[in-house]
Amino acid sequence: MNKENTVGMVTPKVMKTQEKLLLESGKGLDSFDITYEVYGELNKDKTNAVLICHALSGNHHVAGYHDGDKKPGWWDNMIGPNKPINTEKFFVVSLNNLGGCHGSTGPTSIDPKTKKYFGSNFPIVTVGDWVNVQKILMDYLEIPFWQIVVGGSLGGMQSFQWAVQYPSLIKNSIIIAAAPRLTAQNIAFNEVARQAIMKDPNWHGGNYLEKKVSPEHGLALARMLGHITYLSDESMGEKFGRDLKKSKLGFDFDVEFQIESYLRYQGEKFVSSFDANTYLLMTKALDYFDPLKDFGEEFYKKLKQTDCKFLVISFNSDWRFPPVRSREIVKMLLQSEKNVSYSEIISGGGHDAFLMENNDYFQIMKLFTDEIHNNV
Amino acid sequence: MFRKDLLLISSWVKPSTKVLDLGCGDGELLKILRQEYSVHGYGIENDVENIKKSIKNGVNVLQIDLDAGLDDFESKSFDYVVLAQSLQVLKDPKKLIDEMLRIGNEIIVSFPNMGHWSSRLNLLLTGKMPVTENLPYSWHETPNIHLCTIKDFMVFCEENDYKILEKSITTVNQKNNFLTKNFPNLFGEIATFRIE
Repeated sequence: MNKENTVGMVTPKVMKTQEKLLLESGKGLDSFDITYEVYGELNKDKTNAVLICHALSGNHHVAGYHDGDKKPGWWDNMIGPNKPINTEKFFVVSLNNLGGCHGSTGPTSIDPKTKKYFGSNFPIVTVGDWVNVQKILMDYLEIPFWQIVVGGSLGGMQSFQWAVQYPSLIKNSIIIAAAPRLTAQNIAFNEVARQAIMKDPNWHGGNYLEKKVSPEHGLALARMLGHITYLSDESMGEKFGRDLKKSKLGFDFDVEFQIESYLRYQGEKFVSSFDANTYLLMTKALDYFDPLKDFGEEFYKKLKQTDCKFLVISFNSDWRFPPVRSREIVKMLLQSEKNVSYSEIISGGGHDAFLMENNDYFQIMKLFTDEIHNNV
Repeated sequence: MFRKDLLLISSWVKPSTKVLDLGCGDGELLKILRQEYSVHGYGIENDVENIKKSIKNGVNVLQIDLDAGLDDFESKSFDYVVLAQSLQVLKDPKKLIDEMLRIGNEIIVSFPNMGHWSSRLNLLLTGKMPVTENLPYSWHETPNIHLCTIKDFMVFCEENDYKILEKSITTVNQKNNFLTKNFPNLFGEIATFRIE
């Protein structure tokens, strides 16, 4: 275990709030907890705070190691000492979004009103709701504004939303492998994932925890489907090709090809650490995301107000949110005369490329954040 | 070191305007325009190393292939659209110049003059495609697929009703002399035009 060049051992913290939170759906929560981690130090002028937003299956543990863990946080290659998001220079905050299943209040928490698991009674949350909660966390940590908000995929959407929702509280927004809204095809994939979960015999209307079971097969299937869309044909071909697990074809329906084995493993691994109701919530937040429609005429007015600078990054092999979708974001920013840079990174990694180390990608990130730090 | 041909272009740009620089390289022109003239600029590049250099220079840079068009830009959304020494690498120069005129109120185009005496003499004496200090590539590896002379370009402007507002024909070092003034197509190395 090489813990050098990482933020080292980290311990999650919890923000407990008793304030009522009103959600976009009209529903609300009387109180909620948010689990978060911090790395680096907030400078005296409080001008170096960076918010990391996670994607569909992510959480607050982005960098360093938890006690006893062999693997670091999910974005450890990006965040740490002298890494693109340099913890020697920036104070980095990451959280588990509301509705998550890694410590923040969500479907696996106990509803204080009923003393039972929230389960499917947990209200639908939106990207806008998450940004509101992130603002509450920002105030709680006594941070006046984010110097950078950064995220990939659904995380990138939160970063974009910040600039429109709180135009004066964000200085730089890094939006990676994202889109300004989902296409019908994107929503279709999410719906198949949801149906896989809700058709599982252990679903029980979403209140499976009360029955001490879990819709594991459905959730694994949802993850397998998702995983296919996160990789490219090229990367799957390189990694697995048509390789067999056995020496010859068995003429049966056992696992035969390596890719089948890999997908099943990914599915099984996922169900041990993720909640099906949270998966449903995350996919809904994706489907609902459409700031241009939500803000209507206000959208461009809000964008006009912000002096936020943007970096938009896409990957050529990403077919879930291909470069053309990032270009839509760039076009909106150009129309508003925002400072924006855009790069389309060559990578075979598909949508997941945003999580992988890549020289061009990491250098661009580092140059952009160094330039920000020089001007702080 | 600052490219001298960019100095000329920056002198043509009015302060506090909006500039789109096509093929912006390391973003040098935009950096100077921002620092010295409060110009709001964007660069277009398709080379990732130049993207990095531009970001390091703190200028806005967008990775877009010029040959694929400029659909992301609204009509008349810039005061100037600049194409410095990249005309000759484009697949369809006319299409791009039309796009530039759609997007900008004025456009600034510069290119190396293929009519310079050294190119002419080179071809005449060696019988080979000219390889000069200013155009250092062999025919099979050159990115310069649409080279032209100053005369060619002026005919091109006339044929397409491009109105030339200003022109400067100089040596590589942006020097004017008796020869570049009187025999521009023979002695000019770099030609820069302001067009609307």
